[in-house]
Amino acid sequence: MTVATQPAIGKTIFYWAALVTFVVLTLYMAWILMTAGEQGIGLIVLAISLSAAVIFASPKLYTQRFVFPGILAVLIFILVPVLYTSYLGFTNYGGRNLLDFDSATKYHLALREVDQDNEQAFNLVRSEQGFQIWLPDQSLLSEPFMTGHSEPLATSSAETPENLLSVRDVVQNRSLLQEVSIDTPDGVLRASGLRSFAPITPVYEQVDDNTLRNRSTGELLIANHETGFYEFESGEQIAPGWKVHVGWANFARVLGSESIRAPMVTIFIWTMTFAFLSMLFTFAVGLVLAMVLQWEHLRGKAIYRVMLILPYAVPAFISILVFRGLFNQNFGEINFILSSIFGIKPAWFTDPTLARAMTLIVNTWLGYPYMMLLAMGYLQSIPQDHYKAAALEGASPVRTFFTITLPQLLPPFAPLLIANFAFNFNNIVLILLLTSGLPDIPGTTIQAGYTDLLGSFTYRISFLDSGQNFGLAGAVTSLIFIVVAVIAYVNFIALSKAANAKGTGR
Amino acid sequence: MVEHRHNLWIKKILAHGFLLLFLALILFPFFMVLSISLREGNFATGGLIPDRPTLEHWILAFGFDYTRADGTIIEPPFPVLLWLWNSIKVSTIASAGILLLSTTAAYAFARMKFRGRGALLDSLLIIQMFPASLAVVAIYAIFDALGEVSPLLGIDSHVSLVLAYISGITLHVWTIKGYFDSIDPALDKAAAIDGASPWQTFRYIFLPLSLPILAVVFVLAFIFMIGEYPVASVLLRETDQMTLAIGARQYLQENNYRWGDFAAAAILSGLPITIVFLYAQKFLVAGLSDGGVKG
Repeated sequence: MTVATQPAIGKTIFYWAALVTFVVLTLYMAWILMTAGEQGIGLIVLAISLSAAVIFASPKLYTQRFVFPGILAVLIFILVPVLYTSYLGFTNYGGRNLLDFDSATKYHLALREVDQDNEQAFNLVRSEQGFQIWLPDQSLLSEPFMTGHSEPLATSSAETPENLLSVRDVVQNRSLLQEVSIDTPDGVLRASGLRSFAPITPVYEQVDDNTLRNRSTGELLIANHETGFYEFESGEQIAPGWKVHVGWANFARVLGSESIRAPMVTIFIWTMTFAFLSMLFTFAVGLVLAMVLQWEHLRGKAIYRVMLILPYAVPAFISILVFRGLFNQNFGEINFILSSIFGIKPAWFTDPTLARAMTLIVNTWLGYPYMMLLAMGYLQSIPQDHYKAAALEGASPVRTFFTITLPQLLPPFAPLLIANFAFNFNNIVLILLLTSGLPDIPGTTIQAGYTDLLGSFTYRISFLDSGQNFGLAGAVTSLIFIVVAVIAYVNFIALSKAANAKGTGR
Repeated sequence: MVEHRHNLWIKKILAHGFLLLFLALILFPFFMVLSISLREGNFATGGLIPDRPTLEHWILAFGFDYTRADGTIIEPPFPVLLWLWNSIKVSTIASAGILLLSTTAAYAFARMKFRGRGALLDSLLIIQMFPASLAVVAIYAIFDALGEVSPLLGIDSHVSLVLAYISGITLHVWTIKGYFDSIDPALDKAAAIDGASPWQTFRYIFLPLSLPILAVVFVLAFIFMIGEYPVASVLLRETDQMTLAIGARQYLQENNYRWGDFAAAAILSGLPITIVFLYAQKFLVAGLSDGGVKG
């Protein structure tokens, strides 16, 4: 084997050039992010840049160069989002509180209202130097303007001009009209529609850093940094608000408020049941099939095997949607068959028990081939002598299964079963595509469904029906993290045990 | 084993009968979908063989207009092939990214001694249990904020989706490390005696030797990403940017139910992915038993 003993000069230069380019680029990105107001993300990029510079420049840290990119990816793409999700649980971040305080204040100060009592008609006039505005009520004509005119246009009394443009031309030039304001004896007017000009004034004016005043009513709006809203003295909140820390409030809502806690408990129990039953059914079906397929006298094993793993080979999102259609109460083929044979049309999507049964049926269909493939592998590692001995003793097949097959199969299978449980615990693809969590549990303040898993429930809180309640979703997700962490730890122990038993020192 | 010939026959018939019955039940949805894709309209019910077969849904799925017998022209409801292309593009780039990031780390974990190696490996195994789909809220918030700085990293950008998918790396570090562990250490020693640096050993010995496992990891990551729904659905909103997994759902909205169109599009887009999987699955079984990936 020919291996270069010394890296060529060209390669060394390339190495350093690449490193310097990377560091400069990331530093530049960090700077842009920080000036754009994304301090958190900017700091992360800065940290990446500096640590890359140190690790790839120092000969002492040679080993770390290999590990750095991978570990960095794990930190940035998994750990940061997970921690950030939990952090959001302590804020009111959501549809009504997306902005920061300054942006929210700017939003309110930019609000305008039209003085409808002083609205008057106008015409657009074509002139040699662009357009003019003609106000027939006051016989006022503005100076000519083109695009990009920001100062209020001066006006003067005039005769009715000739080239009055039709409304169609006004429509064509409406973006131009948005920019124009005209100075009249009644004050500055702006376009309030396609046919009218009117005085347009800001709704609020700033009194001090935390107070706005409504210009027409004189009411004060005071920034409440506890709730993240500007509030009237009556306590009425004005959206949009801004993101503030709310401490344990979201967690208190989840655990304390009866109308959320009750459905949460229902969902939690169903999530555990669903994950356990999915694991049990797929394991049972997969194992039975694997044992039949292993039978020495069976012909056509290869074809059976390919056909049997088809549900696993087809992308899950397609099969789930296929089932969504097949189970449809009125147009679905399953009810078509059931009604023509038995005369029944089960309400798969509206009856809680049937909907849950349907999710389990579909998930077993999706998951058994994986278990079957694994079981086929592990069955082969059970010594044939054990079966022969059992047969000589006259043991029934059922007894052989429970005394020989299962006890030898379960230890290597345990970590995989736990991983499968964890997978189904978070199987939100199935729920989102099949039932979207429906049917809904009646009498809850936040929509929650009978088939909802904890994961799909948080997805619904944050992105579907209840309107981007990210803070609450963060709190629920933090609780999921705790459960997952427990499962992960149990799985870890099981893996270590399996590895010790195998002696591979994993 | 001693078996009576008569008993054996009955057992064989029972076994085949059981398998065939089970297969009929399991494969029923596939036959149904094929039949539905050939039916007229989107609401027709009927038996397995359509009364008046039509290629309407198939022509629409390929993106062409379809002219019915009565002269009405129907336009394709959704750009299925564009979605398929988006899926393949994003999944290929992200899988390549995962390979790039996980191989060097796997090599270090398999062959190099450094402080915190065991702890890091164990943490990877635990972190692996936290899927990105759980952190969708944070992923959305982060990319929404980044989009304010540059639309390239914002919502509706494929770059964002690729970055979010890199999170799939943890499990694959373990898979590749397992393979590296099985490479004879004598090879490293020989290379070291010849004066090869660890990087050269990695580049010229380990990488060429581990091409099979790299292919397996690539296919595993690719298939996972093709089917990924939660993260993509949060990051992609525009119809033209969608991947297949989120686009396909558009067919079965309550107020816009296109069962027939969906059936044709599902077969058209699902078939290539299924074939890739069936071809790759014989290589995958070993990788699978190292940890659950698809369920």
